[in-house]
Amino acid sequence: MEEFPPEFDPARLIKMMSKNGHNKLIGTQYHAHGDSWCELALPYSETLITDSDTRILASGPIFTLMDMVTSMSIWLKTGTFQPQATLDLRIDYLRPARPGNTVIGRGECYHVTKSIAFIRGTAHDGDPDKPIAHVAGTYFFTAS
Amino acid sequence: MRLETSPYGRTMGFTAERDADGRLVIAMPYSDGVRGRPGFVHGGALAGLLETVAYATLSEALGDDDRPHIKPVNLTATYMRGAVEATTYARATIERLGKRVANIEAVAWQDDPDKPVAIAQINVMLDRSRRS
Repeated sequence: MEEFPPEFDPARLIKMMSKNGHNKLIGTQYHAHGDSWCELALPYSETLITDSDTRILASGPIFTLMDMVTSMSIWLKTGTFQPQATLDLRIDYLRPARPGNTVIGRGECYHVTKSIAFIRGTAHDGDPDKPIAHVAGTYFFTAS
Repeated sequence: MRLETSPYGRTMGFTAERDADGRLVIAMPYSDGVRGRPGFVHGGALAGLLETVAYATLSEALGDDDRPHIKPVNLTATYMRGAVEATTYARATIERLGKRVANIEAVAWQDDPDKPVAIAQINVMLDRSRRS
């Protein structure tokens, strides 16, 4: 990932990352960001459902969305683009996303040490006050 | 979920296999579509694979006559090694299959099942008042 500029620009980064790899496959898009948080959007797609009858979005893409958005919150918190890997990530599914709705994932980095970043996040499908999922997890800095 | 009719499974390129003991193994071939950082499989793709094999294994264990509505509760993924540009395999063990709750552990590996790249603990609710 050394091709990215040292100054961290989430909108630019997500646009670059969305051009290839798993993020392109599931279609994540930049939504918003702040000092230690970021939001990404996952538009509904018929290619990402598990069952043509229920048409509910699979949970795998939601997990990917939350992994991506919590990763970005760490870079925002630290202000540097340092390499990191997910140590663990837990997702609680509060309710299914409504078929057809875009899912917005929000990730926040609330603490960093020399080696570890602690994150949490939520996802909703239209109303931030009615989340569909919560996540919590840790990342470690692979270069430290 | 049924792997053969899952659009997400097709999008990810999942295929079902059997190991020497007849246990279900799901394979995820490496492609640009599952890539995260250059040279490695995305953690989200691994979680999707682990979750898929867990649900498919649960569905087999329940059999054709017992088809409760399955509600995902949570999933905790732990990443142990970087998964490189190779096929990733996964299988699941149902730790407990109760009346209302099932606890499942899934493991993913590449060349050696004893060297997992990721594992997941998955809890689901089984609602037998609804059938799926």
